[in-house]
Amino acid sequence: MTLVFFAYFALVSIVSGVLTVALRHPVHCALALLALLLHVSGLFILLNAEFLWAVQVIVYVGAILVLYLFVLMLMNLKTDERYFHPSALYLVGPAILGVVYVIFLLLQSPFDGAKGTAPPSVVLQDGGTYAVGIKMFSDHILQFEIVGIFLLGAIIGAIVLAKTPKTMDPKEERS
Amino acid sequence: MIPLSAYTAVSAVLFMTGLLGVLVRRNFIIVLMSVEMMLNAANINLVAFSHYLESMAGQLVALFVIAIAAGEAAVGLAIIIVVFRGKISTNVDEMNLLKW
Repeated sequence: MTLVFFAYFALVSIVSGVLTVALRHPVHCALALLALLLHVSGLFILLNAEFLWAVQVIVYVGAILVLYLFVLMLMNLKTDERYFHPSALYLVGPAILGVVYVIFLLLQSPFDGAKGTAPPSVVLQDGGTYAVGIKMFSDHILQFEIVGIFLLGAIIGAIVLAKTPKTMDPKEERS
Repeated sequence: MIPLSAYTAVSAVLFMTGLLGVLVRRNFIIVLMSVEMMLNAANINLVAFSHYLESMAGQLVALFVIAIAAGEAAVGLAIIIVVFRGKISTNVDEMNLLKW
């Protein structure tokens, strides 16, 4: 049963990832990205990460993607631009070969290592959100604060960048 | 039981697709979307290793990655709006000046 769900989420996320890159209209690309993000959140559920599932749905799908769609609709883009860098097409074949080789290597290796301190029985005792919160606010508090400062800087930067500039002489602005 | 390598394979495919999108597409917004896709692939890897190696640290780093992706999206879209206001184009090939 888990295998069926994994195959579904993996296949749909890969297909919608390819569509995100390949579709012509930017809004269609954004909708394919929406499908990708939702199915990646399904993969998180399969990995017992419920809190990350919620964060993915709320932050990625609810905030970031809506921001993208908002900007896309604000700018009213045309779709008749030329599609690919012509020179980049020569890289596609070698890139696909390289990906196949890397996946072949990945599927062969056993990936074994030292186990950490959070086996599923311990995590499921109080829930994944509890475990993440305890870990974040004890061991990783410095990173948490740094991310807070970073987000504040990003907000201020976005406001400063997108602010309507003072009216200037159009010749002077273009020169 | 799904092997860990299956998750890493999905993540590798998604990452390469996103990298191809960054290199190949010309629309700046789609380039940013491809960057989001690459960050998601990294998240899958982090969460999968966190699950299989029974450690919480991977999920925490994935949370920080999501926060950084949010900041990147906000600043990137603000830059796009500024460029679009000046030049009426989102083609990455035509953006070759930092200031004019």
